[in-house]
Amino acid sequence: MDIFVFLKMVPDVVEELLIGEDGKSLDTQWLRMKLSDPDEHALEEAVILKEKYGGTVTVVAMEAPEVEEVLFTAIAKGADCAVKLPGDWAGIQAPAIAKLFASYFSLTQHQIGSETLILIGSQAIDDLEGEVAPYLAEILGAHYVGVVTGIRLDEEKKKAIVMKEFAGGLRGEFELPLPAVLGVQAAEKPPRYVPVAKVRSIMKSTRIETVDVSPSEIISGLSVERLFIPEVAGKAKMIEGPPEKVSTQIIEILVECGIIRR
Amino acid sequence: MQGPILILAEHLRGDIASLTFEMLGIGRKLADDMKVPLHSVIFGKDVAPLASQLGVSDSVFVLNHPQLDMPSSEVVAALLKTLFEQKNVSLVLIGGTNVSTGIGPKLSFRLNLPFVNFCRNIRVKDGLVSFTSQLFGGKILSDVRLQENRGVVSVYPGSFPIDAGKSDRKPSIEMLDLPLEETKVIFKKYLEPEAGDIDITKQDVLVSVGRGIANADNIALVNELADALGGALCASRPVIDQGWLPLSRQVGKSGMTVKPKLYLSLGVSGAPEHVEGMKDSGLIVAINTDPNAPIFGISHYGICADLFDIVPTLIEEIKTHKSE
Amino acid sequence: MIIEMDPVTINIFGVSGYILLWIITLIAFGLFGKRIIAFIKLLLRAHPENRFDQLGKRIRYLITFVLGQKRLLHEYVIGIAHFIIFWGFILFAGTFGWNLLKGLFPFLPIPYADEIGIIRIFFLVFSLLVLVSLVFAVIRRAFFPPPHLQQSLDAFIIITLISLVVLSTLFGIGFRAVTVGQMEASLNPADNLLYKIFLGIPIDSAQGWHHMMFWMHLLVVLGFLAYLPYSKHLHLLASPFSVFFANIDRAGSLDVPGSKNETSAGASRWDEFTWRQLFNTFACAECGRCDRVCPALTSGYELSPRMIVHHLKEHLMEAGLRSKDDKTSEGDGLSPLIGKTVSVAELWACTTCYACMERCPVFNEHIPLIVNMRRYLVAQGSVDTTLQDVLTKMSRYWNSLGQSDRVRAKWTQGLDFKIKDARKEQVEYLWFVGDYASYDPRIQNITRTTAKVFQKAGLDFGILFEGERNSGNDVRRIGEEGLFEILKEKNMQALEKAQFKMIVTTDPHTYNTLKNEYGLNGTYQIKHYTEVLDKLIQQGKLRISKRLNQTVTYHDSCYLGRYNGIYDAPRRVLKTVGTKLVEMPRNRSKSYCCGAGGGRIWMSDQPGIKERPSESRIREAVSLRGVQALVVSCPKDIVMFQDALKTTGNEEKLSVKDISDLLCEAIE
Ligand SMILES: Cc1cc2nc3c(=O)[nH]c(=O)nc-3n(C[C@H](O)[C@H](O)[C@H](O)COP(=O)(O)OP(=O)(O)OC[C@H]3O[C@@H](n4cnc5c(N)ncnc54)[C@H](O)[C@@H]3O)c2cc1C
Ligand code: SF4
Ligand code: SF4
Repeated sequence: MDIFVFLKMVPDVVEELLIGEDGKSLDTQWLRMKLSDPDEHALEEAVILKEKYGGTVTVVAMEAPEVEEVLFTAIAKGADCAVKLPGDWAGIQAPAIAKLFASYFSLTQHQIGSETLILIGSQAIDDLEGEVAPYLAEILGAHYVGVVTGIRLDEEKKKAIVMKEFAGGLRGEFELPLPAVLGVQAAEKPPRYVPVAKVRSIMKSTRIETVDVSPSEIISGLSVERLFIPEVAGKAKMIEGPPEKVSTQIIEILVECGIIRR
Repeated sequence: MQGPILILAEHLRGDIASLTFEMLGIGRKLADDMKVPLHSVIFGKDVAPLASQLGVSDSVFVLNHPQLDMPSSEVVAALLKTLFEQKNVSLVLIGGTNVSTGIGPKLSFRLNLPFVNFCRNIRVKDGLVSFTSQLFGGKILSDVRLQENRGVVSVYPGSFPIDAGKSDRKPSIEMLDLPLEETKVIFKKYLEPEAGDIDITKQDVLVSVGRGIANADNIALVNELADALGGALCASRPVIDQGWLPLSRQVGKSGMTVKPKLYLSLGVSGAPEHVEGMKDSGLIVAINTDPNAPIFGISHYGICADLFDIVPTLIEEIKTHKSE
Repeated sequence: MIIEMDPVTINIFGVSGYILLWIITLIAFGLFGKRIIAFIKLLLRAHPENRFDQLGKRIRYLITFVLGQKRLLHEYVIGIAHFIIFWGFILFAGTFGWNLLKGLFPFLPIPYADEIGIIRIFFLVFSLLVLVSLVFAVIRRAFFPPPHLQQSLDAFIIITLISLVVLSTLFGIGFRAVTVGQMEASLNPADNLLYKIFLGIPIDSAQGWHHMMFWMHLLVVLGFLAYLPYSKHLHLLASPFSVFFANIDRAGSLDVPGSKNETSAGASRWDEFTWRQLFNTFACAECGRCDRVCPALTSGYELSPRMIVHHLKEHLMEAGLRSKDDKTSEGDGLSPLIGKTVSVAELWACTTCYACMERCPVFNEHIPLIVNMRRYLVAQGSVDTTLQDVLTKMSRYWNSLGQSDRVRAKWTQGLDFKIKDARKEQVEYLWFVGDYASYDPRIQNITRTTAKVFQKAGLDFGILFEGERNSGNDVRRIGEEGLFEILKEKNMQALEKAQFKMIVTTDPHTYNTLKNEYGLNGTYQIKHYTEVLDKLIQQGKLRISKRLNQTVTYHDSCYLGRYNGIYDAPRRVLKTVGTKLVEMPRNRSKSYCCGAGGGRIWMSDQPGIKERPSESRIREAVSLRGVQALVVSCPKDIVMFQDALKTTGNEEKLSVKDISDLLCEAIE
């Protein structure tokens, strides 16, 4: 089986996020990138599948600061091959990303067939224009399920049986033929730890491949007017008054946020 | 915006999702502002009876088919595309939930229209619609616009009031007869949450108790509150240590990391080890007698009061609120 | 009548005693030697470690801890008994060797040992003392065994053997006294006494008995010799070596020779340990002293330092002795150590508090053993999720709290003076603040207080701001050697760029690794802030304006106390500020760990433990009459004890304070 995992770097929210001068993008001076959490799970799931069913795992990522380390770590975790797509991809959104990833297949002449399984993190925190996985599935003509929390293959390894998370612990089981693009929410097991020494030695012994993809012009009908930091962040708004008044206010807030219904 | 607004009604196991009412509410307002009709559509097996609850929309389209029991996103996207074109729709609202994932991007790809994710607010100004999306887990908000106000929008749950989406009005119901695309993504079965204690990481509403609860007898009271809110109880470590709640309910560094929509904290001081496990919750409301309790530093709303004064009244009010 | 005093000259069953002696001796030494050589071969196949430095100190250790039995006297009752048995053993073993030599080589111009009067007096005295001690030891074992003492048949066999050795000697010199007659016996008080006791026995049979005692003694001792290396009493032989090869002055360092890759791979098979780590198993007397002081075990965690050593020994005896010389145990189908006899939970339960190592009479080294096995777990990626989370944060943000490394010095914002940036200007003291002191909102106030006190004393100090990283002390003890290396590299780079004369740290853990593992000690002095405060007071740079009339107790943190011997500086500070210090029963080197060390602060508790170590400690402090505050000098202690105050419901009775807080109060 050929498992492909597409990785995406997102701004690290541990660092303070500031708005850039144009008011429409993040201030890159303070930005630090990290691997999107669900992508880490997608990678883990891929390695688990490889351990279970054999095959190879290829990880592909767009160039970004600190992406090399992520790719080396992926190899340390069990990926067979790591690929970087060079370029300046800052601010690129899902429809365009999916095109890039799809062009990786055509450029490398990887056949997409009944052996191909593509895993991508279900959703990233900056997916303003949607998730990559369904777009990629559309372009490649592959089947898709999102919010996946577990994957099995049938006996012939032609179909994937996947668990999709609905809500409150309720899940559904779906079956779909390969090739498939799956949006992984959580791997069966939490992503494994790789000791620093292992990553360091991989860095010395392995090389990251690069594949030159050309950015395709995508004209989005969506325009960002401004980015801003919500005012609520900071200290709590205090609600005062006798219990009845406080209770009424709490309920108003909960109703406002769609948490309780009448 | 010329065409109508279409809402994809979301439902799970025979219940309309509350997010559907949120969408109906904001959709109504938007439609009125823009002077366009508001439609909703519901797909599924045995969903006809649910249509009557969608009275806020001008008309409801229903497609009832055994094959539509938990249809895959490609099937729904195909149906929506047909409907979009047939009804000359401008804007589609879809729930930003797990149930509906993938539908939006697929539809937008097929329609070649933009898609707005994580939408928390929609406003109209001078005939232009502006959508506010939350990015980075709510750390940043982004105002976006759509060309000709046309596109697909995914609504973030818990963003709009539910009440505005409810009405006793009987909508006009149109039974659809659309061809179903053959799909190879087949829904097999539901997998019930594993037996044993509930998984607090999967709850939308958590009521969290700390040492302010004083003793085990008071657990019943807060439990009643959690029930009334349709959520579950969780706790700080000392409460778990006492054995008042099982270990699976511990929030924090040595317990679970949770991200519910509502985290209602009662008598929790907000020690760093605790905060680590809940700081990313959607809405944090804290009740504590100590005005300087660190929990207020990370809450959205704070109430400096005795939890035993507030909780009983709160339970009462929620109950009356619900029965209204 | 000429008395034939030489027992070797007689014939036994028609065989010359002389020949017989040679045969028995060769067999006994053969068996003994075979085993010992096998052991040495095992040690040679293990990883290297240099324990041949500091010979002078090593000899001093032998004198203090073997001849002086210092560590055994911690438990003084059995300690004294052991002392007597030990010296009795030396006496008997020495004279035995002497007699054997004379027996094997009769032409040597020396008498048998018991033909020397003074030695017979020693024999009499020690026989009686040893017998009493043995009776005591048997009673203790049988009726009042201390917790965690390994009960085994072995122990009773050895006690019987020792008794036989002693009795045969005693009777031997008794019969001898009868044989030589009253005249001669009266010349020696021992003979005189024994003569009177043994008087009833006819002279000619007494001579036979005397010979019999000689042979019995010989057989028992040679039998003992052959049996020894096959039993747990190997410790009799191994412990002096174990003490000699002790980890002298390097308690705080886990540096090991060998390649970095090898080190970070850890150990799970016998031949992956160092020879000194394997030697632990030979030296262990299974006395349980380590278990008795282990906070993890006491709290009900699944961990016994004694059993870890024991299980390694079992593994070594099984896998090691059976493995071919040229092959490792792998492929021999033998069970691995970790996960089989040593559980994973057990390895993670250790707080690296050093109590076991401080107590072990044979200087066994449990922590290097445990950490080595942890390294193996880490190399396999087998770490618990909370720990993984911290390690991941640490390798990304360089601090355990997972906050941005850019805000490390944000705590300084609350000060009304500026702290120097040691990367930009020269300072006398470089203050290595540490993670908790920099980031934890509960500690930041204390950190600012410390800064104010430094400032008030006119101390010329600065910090590294974002240049500082977690020091890696605990990371290393978790077994993440690679991450430790990176942290150390980064810190060293930052330190190289700064100009300073000395380093002062807040966290004792940081103190330990900077001092003992960074290789800085030759170039700079590394001080803990309590030492600096103490010095500032002594230099008169801090004037106490208000004596605090408080009664307090002080908690010695493991990494300050046991690891680095700093006990007095904080106590002097407490005295100066006018507090009355009441010691807890477990104080100074016997201090009880708070449970945070070795990365435990980042791991979840094992379910079902009795009480956390921190809770036990709080109860200990609360039980002291009149004590208002538990004073600590470690940021992690604040976190642990404030939490334990809550969980034990003692917030009203006691407060937890940092030593800086008290000092600041007194100088204001
Ligand atoms: C290594 C380690 C790991 C830890 N892991 C965790 C963890 O995973 N999760 C966790 O929660 N903790 C953890 N802790 C413990 C943590 O440090 C705190 O001790 C704990 O979170 C405090 O719990 P609390 O807020 O319930 O209690 P407290 O801190 O005692 O707070 C009680 C609060 O209730 C308020 N109060 C009292 N009465 C009332 C009333 N009638 N009405 C309203 N308010 C009232 C008080 O003002 C106070 O603020 C850990 C600690 C350590 C050292
Ligand atoms: S390791 Fe040391 S303290 Fe522990 S049982 Fe063995 S000899 Fe005793
Ligand atoms: S270092 Fe402390 S916790 Fe670890 S085994 Fe020894 S005594 Fe127990």
